[in-house]
Amino acid sequence: MRKLIEQPFTSNPQGKVGKSHPHESAIRQVSGQARYVDDMPQPANLQYAAVGTSPEASGTLNSIDLTAVWASPGVTDVITVDDVPGHVDIAPVFDGDPIFAQDQVLFNGQALFAVLADSVQHARQAALKAIIDITPSAPCLTVETAKQQSNFVRPAHFMQQGDFDTAFGRSELNAQGHLSIGGQEHMYLEGQVSMAINDEEDRVLVYTSSQHPSEVQKLIAEVLGCKLHKVVVDMRRMGGGFGGKETQAAQWACIAALLAKRNQCAVKLRLPRMQDMIATGKRHPFENSYQVGFNQEGLIKAADIDINGNCGHSPDLSDAIVDRAMFHCDNGYYLENVNVAGHRCRTNQVSHTAYRGFGGPQGMIVAEAMMDAIARKVGKDPLTVRKLNLYGDKERNLTPYGMTVEHNLLGDLIARLEASSDYWARREAITQFNKTSPIVKKGLSLTPVKFGISFTAKHLNQAGALLHIYTDGSMQINHGGTEMGQGLHTKIGQIVANEFGVSLHDVEVTATRTDKVPNTSPTAASSGTDLNGKAAQNACIIVKQRLAEFYAETINESELTADKVIFADNYVTLGPHSVEFVRLVQDAYIGRVSLSSTGFYKTPKIHYDRSTGNGRPFFYFAYGASVSEVSIDTLTGEYKVERVDILHDVGRSLNPAIDIGQIEGGFIQGMGWLTTEDLKWDDRGRLISNNPATYKIPAIGDTPEVFNVDLYPRDNDEDSIYHSKAVGEPPFMLANSVWCAIKDAISSLTDYKVDPQLPAPATPEAVLKCIMSIDPDATRSEPS
Amino acid sequence: MISFLLNDKAVHIDATQADTTLLNYLRDERNLCGTKEGCASGDCGACTVVVAKANEQGSALEYQALNSCVTFLSAVQGKQLLTVEHLADGETLHPVQAAMVDAHGSQCGFCTPGFVMSMFALYQQDSAPNREQVNVALGGNLCRCTGYRPIIDAALASCTGTPQDKFSQHQAATIAKLNALPNSDAGLDTLFMPTNRNELAATIKATPTARLFAGSTDIALEVTQQLKSLPTLVSLTQVKELQVVEETSSGLKIGAAVPFSKMEALLLKHFPSLHELLDRFASTPIRNQATLGGNVANASPIGDMPPALLALNAVIKVDNGTTRRDIAISDFFTGYRQTRLQNDEWIEAIFIPYLKPNAQVRAYKISKRQEDDISAVCAVFNLALDENSKVLQLKSGFGGVAATPASVDALSDAIKGKDWSKISTFELGKKVLSESFTPLDDVRASAEYRQALLVNLFKRFWLQTNQQSQQIETRVHAYE
Ligand SMILES: Cc1cc2nc3c(=O)[nH]c(=O)nc-3n(C[C@H](O)[C@H](O)[C@H](O)COP(=O)(O)OP(=O)(O)OC[C@H]3O[C@@H](n4cnc5c(N)ncnc54)[C@H](O)[C@@H]3O)c2cc1C
Ligand code: FES
Ligand code: FES
Repeated sequence: MRKLIEQPFTSNPQGKVGKSHPHESAIRQVSGQARYVDDMPQPANLQYAAVGTSPEASGTLNSIDLTAVWASPGVTDVITVDDVPGHVDIAPVFDGDPIFAQDQVLFNGQALFAVLADSVQHARQAALKAIIDITPSAPCLTVETAKQQSNFVRPAHFMQQGDFDTAFGRSELNAQGHLSIGGQEHMYLEGQVSMAINDEEDRVLVYTSSQHPSEVQKLIAEVLGCKLHKVVVDMRRMGGGFGGKETQAAQWACIAALLAKRNQCAVKLRLPRMQDMIATGKRHPFENSYQVGFNQEGLIKAADIDINGNCGHSPDLSDAIVDRAMFHCDNGYYLENVNVAGHRCRTNQVSHTAYRGFGGPQGMIVAEAMMDAIARKVGKDPLTVRKLNLYGDKERNLTPYGMTVEHNLLGDLIARLEASSDYWARREAITQFNKTSPIVKKGLSLTPVKFGISFTAKHLNQAGALLHIYTDGSMQINHGGTEMGQGLHTKIGQIVANEFGVSLHDVEVTATRTDKVPNTSPTAASSGTDLNGKAAQNACIIVKQRLAEFYAETINESELTADKVIFADNYVTLGPHSVEFVRLVQDAYIGRVSLSSTGFYKTPKIHYDRSTGNGRPFFYFAYGASVSEVSIDTLTGEYKVERVDILHDVGRSLNPAIDIGQIEGGFIQGMGWLTTEDLKWDDRGRLISNNPATYKIPAIGDTPEVFNVDLYPRDNDEDSIYHSKAVGEPPFMLANSVWCAIKDAISSLTDYKVDPQLPAPATPEAVLKCIMSIDPDATRSEPS
Repeated sequence: MISFLLNDKAVHIDATQADTTLLNYLRDERNLCGTKEGCASGDCGACTVVVAKANEQGSALEYQALNSCVTFLSAVQGKQLLTVEHLADGETLHPVQAAMVDAHGSQCGFCTPGFVMSMFALYQQDSAPNREQVNVALGGNLCRCTGYRPIIDAALASCTGTPQDKFSQHQAATIAKLNALPNSDAGLDTLFMPTNRNELAATIKATPTARLFAGSTDIALEVTQQLKSLPTLVSLTQVKELQVVEETSSGLKIGAAVPFSKMEALLLKHFPSLHELLDRFASTPIRNQATLGGNVANASPIGDMPPALLALNAVIKVDNGTTRRDIAISDFFTGYRQTRLQNDEWIEAIFIPYLKPNAQVRAYKISKRQEDDISAVCAVFNLALDENSKVLQLKSGFGGVAATPASVDALSDAIKGKDWSKISTFELGKKVLSESFTPLDDVRASAEYRQALLVNLFKRFWLQTNQQSQQIETRVHAYE
């Protein structure tokens, strides 16, 4: 076997790996030049589509009278499910997501038909004019009802370790709790959009804002009833995805493609914001409960955790999402005797979907709730209890799913953060403050994160790349990942530049396209750089090998073999010889050496047996911890996050600025989920928090005034790309400390005796309700 | 005809639909796609553009950020409309753009043009803003990716004082170009821009179905969210009688069509306790458009100014071109989004009498988010005590608890003559308040929460206005 050339980390300053190079599109973005799908120059024959939706959450669809829609100004076509030539079901994994409703409607906002017209406004106005005859039936709207009715989208899954019953029976103390955890709207700033262009003969080209172009390609082919090679999907950048465009961008692309084929024209379909919010899935709401047995010290002996995801009307990705909630309900804590049950409840809501963390946050928060409950029972600081229960190094290191926790960083990471955030002195100051302040109370919390990295569906852990070097030494790299703002393309560019020792502006990362790299995985599970970075590196290594062999042949000295060739600083060096990189490329071209290659990667080591609930589903864990301090107003429930300190593990950072951006952005998004982002459906199953006026994501003033973010300085022990770690999702859960700090502040009203039962999101209303439930007198304090 | 400078070129529009938004005009008709649509409802700031116009002396340009998605074309008549594509000077990025790159202020980049434009408007204010002022300037821009820290850094790094950019260099030339724009006969066949009360009355008479608007921050949502067509529109912003702001001997008179950002300072000079309501009223770009007249005429039960106007005994000055009349604010709202305005009438101004010496006023707004959110409950109290701390009167105004903005006279009646410092006085008032309303459940709050807030905000007011309890901290967010 040939020995391949490995490039050492950051050997090339010009390559900028490990440096805070700006986002590859930063200049285009700040000057309005970065193009999103809706900004593309319009094809001459472009028409505009809009979707008509169900006004009921469940019932029998008797008829859709489209007469008025057809008669509406500018309308050129209207389609329903009867007009789909191929597959009707566009579900990603398990069946259940018809492109348009068939005889039953399954949620309020379900697509029933689509209109094509000569303008956006005409199409949207026409879509309101259908007369829809539905015989409504009683919708199932809660986890509770679904469970009562045994209404599930997939069978339950169980994990178990040790013997809960015996250990619980023997525990000195115990606690139990129930947690209502709200979902979350993605609120990507760029809504769902696709433009399909009817290409010559039977081909179609689709521009879409999707995290999963290959799946969009497959579904379009199926819906059209053609084979995949007739469909090309192109995706340059998304204006945010967060999971909301993993599976749920496909429907709009399919509808656009259908209309484009039928009408032999180009079709753009962009959902207006309100429809986007109503008709696309969200983070799953969960109803979780736990029972935990522990000793006087607060050490957990037994835990029973019941996890219930509200999946909406169909499976979508819910199986893996509820699994991931289960995989994370231990967070960083050892559960010696534990039962975990995960239920996938079917409701008449939109099918809930991937969202940053993918169920992990909804599982992990149970672990943190348990820690707080234990702390109040044993009368210790919650941090002390958290530290006591951390996974051990050599023992106490087996997860409920049988994976050994190796290279656990949490002990040291927490110790450092405890010191840098001055936790104990602030704890003391806060306790004092609360004694003398009757209305405003402060709270403090430190919570850790341990997040498993890999797709739990094993086959998705593969990636491809395609590298071209041109004769002037510039190169294009294409890979299966998609750019949604996370800086993936920037990091890939840095990797390629580093591999060849050339400067970053000689490397162009091009739009993700299904005709360049086929059969790709979604850009999800934080895996973008881990997978595609390795695949890109692999392509580089292959071409470097060819160039090195060619160079060694040219030099033709027996001890100067190809494996001694070094690529650095725009030069290629072999012993005393060196040549400009571009020169070697030109010589190699003349010498008929291929300057293009694909690359491939698959993650090693991982496996999981669902039938036993055992295995190693994750290549490694990413760690982090945060400390949040809040003030709450016990009269109104309003609060303010005063200060946040974060220490987070990204392995060896490929780009510190981008990694810090992911950490800060993830934290604030997580904070939104746990505080102001309040999804509300009415009793008919209609989403009523359906626009940004009624659904409030964090604004600029919510960013804490003191916000210290540091990277934990240690390489990934596993052989990931340059020993970096994935960073997309894990920081989201750092926000748990905000929720716990609010609980801490409320608990101060009871002298830290009671563990307040605070739901998520902790809106001011929820906070006040919680205060009134534990201490109805709290707000009656006299002026002192 | 509507004439303006689009970046540095003069543009004249002869005909287009009256309800065309500036955003759609830019994207669809001018192919200027740097300006994004994130919501089309004024809530996200992705569509932010900047409008420049000469100051009153004609000596310098004033720059303001606007949400182009809720703005009609008449708003740029005679002004310079600046979009993100125009900021860079050749290959050189504008200082705010460069700072955004350096601070890693963009991730997905979709919010970025909007932030850049809001920051550009801030840059032109000739000040070195602190973090709080940055938050105010950028509070109408949402970013889902960054967590805002790098954006704040970029603003602090780039907005450091006197502008030095191509815009400041070309200021005189731009003013000259603006002066050269035709200004007579502004408007379109279906978009009227009367300039005085007579013209306005005549326009209303001639086109009785036309809708009036000022800042358009409410009415535009009918177009962008409900997909209505508004075929004929009358802009009130050029009507000179509606632009008057006057400190009379007895009170402040604010022209109905004066945007918030133009009259805030004066309002606060006389009514400093309204700080929280004004700071938290929508966002900077919305306040650059929205008017007090629109807020009152819109008659929403969750509008923020009506509760304040109720507590302050404001008078709504109404006109129809021939007859003017005054309506006490307490008589103005007649039902859910109903007022005493006749079909041919408009609000000319709002008159707010100055406070009595020693009056104590507090205005509170409760919402899920501090910035740019609509009140779940808004409560305003205006207390007069005699020298012995006995209650003379307690005027109040509440939003979010009934079908109209409402005051509770019974509250004042119940505690009149009582010692304000006594807990029993608070308890009396609390009892009245807890029986005054039966609020509704909706997406913003439950009935119980609203009920609890009524009482607890009264409690906050009582604590804050009592000598003995003034040491107690009552707020987690500072507004002063
Ligand atoms: C993102 C966003 C945030 C907002 N936040 C807040 C908030 O925090 N608090 C709040 O109270 N409101 C808020 N609003 C609502 C709105 O901005 C205010 O009600 C504003 O004061 C309306 O003024 P306008 O000039 O824009 O009204 P327009 O939209 O121009 O008009 C509104 C209505 O009033 C009528 N009208 C306007 N002027 C007159 C007049 N002089 N005489 C007779 N009729 C007239 C119009 O015909 C129309 O029916 C928000 C709106 C948006 C889009
Ligand atoms: S598009 Fe969101 S504010 Fe205009
Ligand atoms: S960078 Fe994506 S929304 Fe701000």
